[in-house]
Amino acid sequence: MPVFYGTEVASPLMLGTAGYPSPAILAEAFALSGAGIATVSLRREAGHGLGGGQDFLRLVEGLGVRLLPNTAGCHTAREAITTAQMARELLGTDWIKLEVIGATDLLAPDVFALVEAAGELSAQGFKVFPYCTEDLSVCERLLRAGCEVLMPWGAPIGSGLGLAHPQGLRALRAGFAEVPLVVDAGIGLPSHAAAAMEMGFDAVLLNTAVAKAGDPAQMARAMALALEAGRAAHRADPIEPRQMAVPSTPVIGKAFLA
Amino acid sequence: MSDFTIYGAGVMGLCVATELMARGASVRLIDPAQSGGAACSWWAGGMLAPFCEFESAEEPVLRHGQAAMDWWQQHTAVTRAGTLVLALGRDRGELARFARRTHGAVAVNGPDIAALEPDLAGRFDQALFFGAEAHLNPRPALAALRAGLQAKGAQFGGDAQGQMIDCRGLAARDVLPDLRGVRGEMLVLRQPEIALARPVRLLHPRVPIYLVPRGDGVFMLGATMIESDRRGVVTARSVLELLSAAYALHPAFGEAEILETGADARPAFPDNLPRIGRVGDRLYANGLYRHGYLLAPAVAQQLADHITNGSRPEFWHETDDQR
Repeated sequence: MPVFYGTEVASPLMLGTAGYPSPAILAEAFALSGAGIATVSLRREAGHGLGGGQDFLRLVEGLGVRLLPNTAGCHTAREAITTAQMARELLGTDWIKLEVIGATDLLAPDVFALVEAAGELSAQGFKVFPYCTEDLSVCERLLRAGCEVLMPWGAPIGSGLGLAHPQGLRALRAGFAEVPLVVDAGIGLPSHAAAAMEMGFDAVLLNTAVAKAGDPAQMARAMALALEAGRAAHRADPIEPRQMAVPSTPVIGKAFLA
Repeated sequence: MSDFTIYGAGVMGLCVATELMARGASVRLIDPAQSGGAACSWWAGGMLAPFCEFESAEEPVLRHGQAAMDWWQQHTAVTRAGTLVLALGRDRGELARFARRTHGAVAVNGPDIAALEPDLAGRFDQALFFGAEAHLNPRPALAALRAGLQAKGAQFGGDAQGQMIDCRGLAARDVLPDLRGVRGEMLVLRQPEIALARPVRLLHPRVPIYLVPRGDGVFMLGATMIESDRRGVVTARSVLELLSAAYALHPAFGEAEILETGADARPAFPDNLPRIGRVGDRLYANGLYRHGYLLAPAVAQQLADHITNGSRPEFWHETDDQR
């Protein structure tokens, strides 16, 4: 199972907690997903700056899985750093999913602010999980800034488009063989999640695909099954594709007419 | 001497009192608040939209919501003009999903929309119409219930007597620890240049935004859904999001007067469905979530039936030590 900052988690599925029809359905989805990590937004769900979000945090803590607070909705390094500090205080964890949004339409990471915030948070003792693009040089700079895990997007947040740039993700896997890699965002279907695992990714982080499905609990289960299938397939060393048919039963020595 | 004392005079308490008095009981209501604004039902949209709500609500909301329209019509003005559901620009794909997950949606086109809502003519070319839905104006509805109770001799204030019934909403967290707050923010706008005959919903990936006509060019614009029990003032961001949606619906809303802003926290249990039960020596009805006007009549009827003939309410909730 994936190891992040020296801690092994129970499952390659990292599941978000936002946007479910009810807390009861959220809990059911987590139970069926077997997710090892729950991500939680400190900014809106908890009424950031308002107080009054304690009920929801208590509810998420009650899921019984490790929490990964995030800085969703932050647009500057400063904002993200402040949110991370608040998360550490409220939830007692130094893990932080670092999200700094640049282009609002795509919720694309602002990679410059991301590297800046990652450096400062690492220096403050945070264990940073950066939501990034699949750009190799950006990832290299995040590692230099102190990150020990990378979380490239599959596609824009909430889009459900799947792995928009599979070659870039494969290149990242090949380029950083020893770094835990997580596909974060863009997953719509279990097959997308399975594809990421088949590429050798360590985990997948998703939220909308489950929370906004007609039956979130069943979709959570489907995602868990897909992740297990993809992970097993990667470990089983898949065959190389080739252009010609290869009979699975040898024909040499058999009586046949050409 | 009253048979029952009801704590809380929001939509839940008033409906319970109405149903008990209809069964011949005498009732006293106690609410520390002097004005209606202390109850979250004061800030509600007043949509009686069980079919649209079924998108994310459980089945009882659909079932009881339909009967709620008839119940309210006996007490206050109910407008049965349906609901128009629209999607802006890039969210257009949401219409198909919404139709799939609701009941009774009829796909309508540009000319249909123009016929239903002339002021929206030419602005949208597809929408969903839910013809069997209705809406009411919450504040007059609450006042009508209150007046009806007073006319029948209900007491307001004074000392508790008889069986106590707790309808305090989120304030009942001291005895109902599963209760949580879900914050909602709303605005009241006036734009006499626009007339809408029915509530208009805008599909949005995060927040379902709606405009409910209140007559005389007044509209209620709501509502955010935030997991927080913070009440009181609205945030700039929420107002920005709500007003942006109204402006996108029709630019004339950019010139609207903002008559009011409001925020409160809806009482909700973990499954977002109401509960009827007993704690200590009191009965309670709570957890209407965002379905106060849709579910309060059914919850009140179930509680009143339970009291008068011992029947087990559908929404009955037993705690572990009561099983």
